[in-house]
Amino acid sequence: MRFLPHTNQDIESMLKIAGASSLDSLFDSIPKDLKTKDGLDLPEPLSEWELDSHMEALASLNIACKNYKCFIGAGSYDHYIPAHIPYLISRSEFMTAYTPYQPEVSQGTLQGIYEFQTMITELLGMDITTASHYDCGTALAEASLIALRKNRKANKIAVSALVHPSHRQIINTYIRPTGYEIIEIPYTADGVTDLTALEKIDDIAGVAIQSPNFFGNIEDLSAFRTAADAKKIMFIVSFTEALAYGLLKNPGSFGADLVAGEGQSLGISKSFGGPGLGLLAGNKKQMRNLPGRYVGKTKDTNGKDGYVLTLATREQHIRREKASSNICSNNGLNAMTAAMYLATVGKIGIREIAQQNHDKAVYLKTSLEQAGFKPAFKTPFFNEFVVKVPDGFDQKRTALIEDKCIFAGTDLEPFYPELKQHYLFCATEKVSKDDIDQMVKEVQ
Amino acid sequence: MDQRPGTSGLIFNEPQLWDKSRKGRCGISLPRSDVERSEMDSSLTGDAPDLPQLCEMDVVRHYTRLSQWNFGVDSGMYPLGSCTMKYNPKTNEVQAARQGLAGAHPLSGDQFSQGALKLMYNLEQFLAQITGFDAVTLQPAAGAHGELAGMLMIHAYHAKNGRQRSKIIIPDTAHGTNPASASLCGYESVNIKSGPDGILEPSAVSAVMDEDTAGIMVTNPNTLGLFESNIKEIAQIVHAKGGLVYGDGANMNAIMGIVKPGEIGIDVLHLNLHKTFSTPHGGGGPGSGPVGVVKALEPFLPVPRVEKNLDTYAFVNDCPDSIGRLHTFYGHFGIMIRAYAYILSMGGKGLTDASKLAVLNANYVKESLKGTLNLPYDKPCMHECVFNDAIQQQNHITTMDMAKRLLDYGFHPPTVYFPLVVDGAFMVEPTETESKEYIDQFIYAVKAIAKEARNTPEKLKNAPVMTKVTRLDEVSAARKPCLRG
Amino acid sequence: MKEINDLNLPDNLKYTDDHEWADTSGDVVTIGINDYAQDQLGEIVFVELPEVGDTFSKGDEFGSVESVKAVSEIYIPISGEVVGINEDLEDAPELVNESCYEGGWLIKVKPEDTAELDGLMDKAAYLAMLKG
Repeated sequence: MRFLPHTNQDIESMLKIAGASSLDSLFDSIPKDLKTKDGLDLPEPLSEWELDSHMEALASLNIACKNYKCFIGAGSYDHYIPAHIPYLISRSEFMTAYTPYQPEVSQGTLQGIYEFQTMITELLGMDITTASHYDCGTALAEASLIALRKNRKANKIAVSALVHPSHRQIINTYIRPTGYEIIEIPYTADGVTDLTALEKIDDIAGVAIQSPNFFGNIEDLSAFRTAADAKKIMFIVSFTEALAYGLLKNPGSFGADLVAGEGQSLGISKSFGGPGLGLLAGNKKQMRNLPGRYVGKTKDTNGKDGYVLTLATREQHIRREKASSNICSNNGLNAMTAAMYLATVGKIGIREIAQQNHDKAVYLKTSLEQAGFKPAFKTPFFNEFVVKVPDGFDQKRTALIEDKCIFAGTDLEPFYPELKQHYLFCATEKVSKDDIDQMVKEVQ
Repeated sequence: MDQRPGTSGLIFNEPQLWDKSRKGRCGISLPRSDVERSEMDSSLTGDAPDLPQLCEMDVVRHYTRLSQWNFGVDSGMYPLGSCTMKYNPKTNEVQAARQGLAGAHPLSGDQFSQGALKLMYNLEQFLAQITGFDAVTLQPAAGAHGELAGMLMIHAYHAKNGRQRSKIIIPDTAHGTNPASASLCGYESVNIKSGPDGILEPSAVSAVMDEDTAGIMVTNPNTLGLFESNIKEIAQIVHAKGGLVYGDGANMNAIMGIVKPGEIGIDVLHLNLHKTFSTPHGGGGPGSGPVGVVKALEPFLPVPRVEKNLDTYAFVNDCPDSIGRLHTFYGHFGIMIRAYAYILSMGGKGLTDASKLAVLNANYVKESLKGTLNLPYDKPCMHECVFNDAIQQQNHITTMDMAKRLLDYGFHPPTVYFPLVVDGAFMVEPTETESKEYIDQFIYAVKAIAKEARNTPEKLKNAPVMTKVTRLDEVSAARKPCLRG
Repeated sequence: MKEINDLNLPDNLKYTDDHEWADTSGDVVTIGINDYAQDQLGEIVFVELPEVGDTFSKGDEFGSVESVKAVSEIYIPISGEVVGINEDLEDAPELVNESCYEGGWLIKVKPEDTAELDGLMDKAAYLAMLKG
C-alpha cells in the first residue's frame, strides 16, 4: 500500500525494539473477547486509476457533472471562483496543518485568519468575529444560545419564519434539551417578517431576523432594532448570501448585537452543501460570549509582530463543562479561502459583483413576469425572489433539467406548505442574459 | 552525524493585506454586464466595504509567502497526540474537486444527485462495517459536532423512555469536548478518576452509576494511549442501570480491523474523518464527525437520512423520533468524498495494517525514548504514548521548552500539557505514515534536546530561533485583545 | 512560585480556604484574592466580576480570574450584596498581580450577617492551613 512506508525489515527491527514478537502481539493488552472475529468486510483496494474511474462514474450520476445553469440559491450560491483561489488554498502548508497550537510555525494560518477576521468585520460592520463556525445554521444556533443564556428571565427566542428553514430546525435541535423554545414570527403579505407580530410576543431573550430573508427580500432591520430595544433583548441578524453586503447596508450599521452568516459565496464551492463557512460576529460586548477561536495580534520576544490564538479560556479544552460551546475544529481552511476571495475582489470588485447579481436577478424577474409568472412580493430583493408559476411548470422544469441541464428555481411548497406553485429563483453574476432568455423561453 | 531536517532558509516578510493595498487595483476581471443596471433604492445600500485593493499577483504572492511560514504534514513529521496527523493522499483532493461532486447544488433534488447520495450511502455502510454499528449518520460537521449529536441522541432516548436523567459520567482522561458536549444537553458531569495503571476500573463506575445517570463517555483507546480493557464490564454496569455508553472515537486509528466499538458494549460513537480517515485538517477544519449507533438509537439519528430502495437513493425526513437537523444541508460532503476515496484506496486489509503500523510506530517511539523522557505509564501503548518532563524539570526545563526546541530541529511538537492527568504531558502520536527513518530522526532530535537540557539549557529556553517569529507574548494578546486590523 | 514564607499576607486582613482575602474593618467588606492565589495563577489576563446589586450567599462563586491557559472561580467569603466592583480591572487585570491588596481588590460587599466574619481565618491560621 503506497501510503504505508514500512518494509518487512523495518517492521522486524522495530518490533524488536518495541519488545513485541509480532504486529498482532502489539494488541495483547486488548482482551481476546473484545477483538473482532470478522475483520473488515470492505471492497478490495483500488489503485489510483481504478479510483479515478470509480469516482468519475459516481460523479457522472450527478447532474452537476455537466455544465449546468443554476437558477437556484436558497442557501447555496453559484458564484464564480477565480482560478488562483483553489490553487493557493491547495498549498499543503495551509491544507495539511493542524489548528495553530504552535504559533511560531503557524504564522501563515494565523495571519491569514487575522486578516479574515478584519475583512469580515469590515463587511458586516461589526466589532469582532470568530475564526469561523461550521455553517450559518450552527452559528445562528450558537448566537441564539448566547441570547438565551444571557437573559435570566426568558427561555424563548423569537425567530423569523423567513430565517432559512434548515437554520430554524438546527436552532431547535440545539436548544431543545435545555428547555428553551423558539417562537416563530410570521411573515406578511409583502414577504417580510411581521414586525407587529413581534411586538406582541413577550418574555423572549432575543430576536433573529435573516436579511436578505429566505424569500430573498430585504428586511427593515432598523425597525427590528427598535423593537428589540423596546423589549431590551438581543438583536441577531443572519444571512445566507454574504455578497449581498457588497451592496446593502451592513448589519452593524443597524446595531446588531450578534450576526450569524454563511460565507459559502466567498470563493467556496457548493460541494453539495458543505463544507461551507459559518460566520459569527458580535459587537464588542459579546467578545467573551462568542464561542470558537480568535486570532489576536501580539509581539514576539524580539518585538516583532506576530499572531496567536487568544482568549482560549472561553473554550472547551480549558473551561470543560462550563464552556459555552463544545466547538473545537471549525472551518478554518474555508475561512482562509474566503479571505483570499475578499482580498481578490477587493473594494471595487465586491461592489461590482454584488451589483451584477442584483441586475441579473431584476432582469430575470422582469423576464419571468413578461412570460406570465406572477411575482409574489413587491419588496426590494438582492439576487433571489419568489414567483407564482403557471400550471404545468413543474413538468417543464424537470424536463429542462434533464434535457438542457438548467435548474429553474426551487419549489417553496416543501418549506412553506401554504405557498403552492411558488418558486424561489436566484440569479448570480455567472448567468448571462442569453442563459436567462433561454430559460424563460423554455418554461414559458 | 547531525541528521536534523530543520535548517534555515530564506523567509520572506509579508505585510498585512491592507498595507499592500493601492487604490484602484482589483484582482478579478468581471465580465461586462449584459443586462441593464438596476439601481437599488439608496436607503438600502451602504458604502462598499473597505476591502484591500490588490491585483491578482499581489494576492498570489501574499498567500504563497504566508503559506511558507506554516508547518504541515507535507513539510515534516507532525506527531501531535490525539490528532492523528497522518499523510493526506493527494488523489483525495482530485476526487473532491470533480465537477460532478464539488459543483453539485444541495437542492438539486434526489433524482439529479444520485452520485452524491450513493457515495454517502456507501460511506455510511463502510463506517458501519469498520465500527460495528447498525447505522451511521454523516451529518455532523466536526468531531465535537458528532459528540453533540451522540449526546443529543442519548438525551432523546431517555426522554422517549419517559424519564430524563440529569448526570453523565466522564473520566479524568476525557477530551475537553466531552464535558462541554454533555453540558449542551443539560447533563451535569460526574468526573471519575482512572486507576493507577491509567485505565478505568469498573468499581469506579459502579460507585457512581445510578438511575439518574444518563450514561458514560469513554474514549477508547483513551488519551493516555491505553486500551480500556474493562470496557465490556463497564458497559454492563451502565446498561444494568438503564444508561448508555458514549464512545469518543478520536483514537479509532489504533484499532481498525482489531476492535469494533459496536461489538464491545458501546452504544454510540463519533469518528473524526480528519483524523482516522486521512482528510486534511486545513489549519483548523473543516473536519467531519460521523456518528455510529446501535439499533436502539437508530430512530434518533439526525435528519435527513439516506436510504436505498433497489438502485435508487433518497433523503428521508420522516423520522418522528429524530433529534432533528444539525447542519443546513447534509454535513461536510466535500470531506466525505475524501474519506470515501481513502477507504477505497486502502481496503479492509490496508486499514487494518494502518492501525497495526500506527501502534508499532508508537511503541517504537515509546521504547526508544523511555529513559530520555519520563514515562508515567510504562506499559504497551496503542497509537500514541505519553511522556512528561519529570527528568528535565531537574534542570528547570519544561515540556514547553522541549516542544519549542523541537521546532528548531524541524519537527512539529507533540501535543503538550494534555491529557491533564499527566503533569507536563508530552504526547506523541507518530501515525502509520511516518517511516522508520523519519521516526529515527525524531528520536534523535528528542535525545539531542534532552542532552541540551542538561548541558546548555538556555538553548531550550530561547527556542525556537529558526522560525519566522520567536515565542509570542500570549499574555498581552489576551489582556488587550487585538482581533482585527 | 513564591515560597510560603515569602508570601505577603497583611496582618489586618482575614483569609479563606480558597485564598481570598477580606478587609472587615469597615461596614462594607472589601474582597480580593491573596498573594498566594495571584502567584499560583501567574499572569492574570482577565477578571470577571458580578454587577453591583447582585446578592450572594457565603461560598457562592461570584466571578473568575483568568490566566492565558486557566480559569479559576472565586468564591464569596460572606453573604451579602455587592455594593462596589473594581472597574479598573477591566482595562488593567494585571493590577491583581501587581497589587492584590490595593489596586487589585475585586468587590465590596455589604454583609448580611456580620457573624459570618468570625468564621474567617487570620494570617496565622491561614499560614498554618497552607503549610498543611
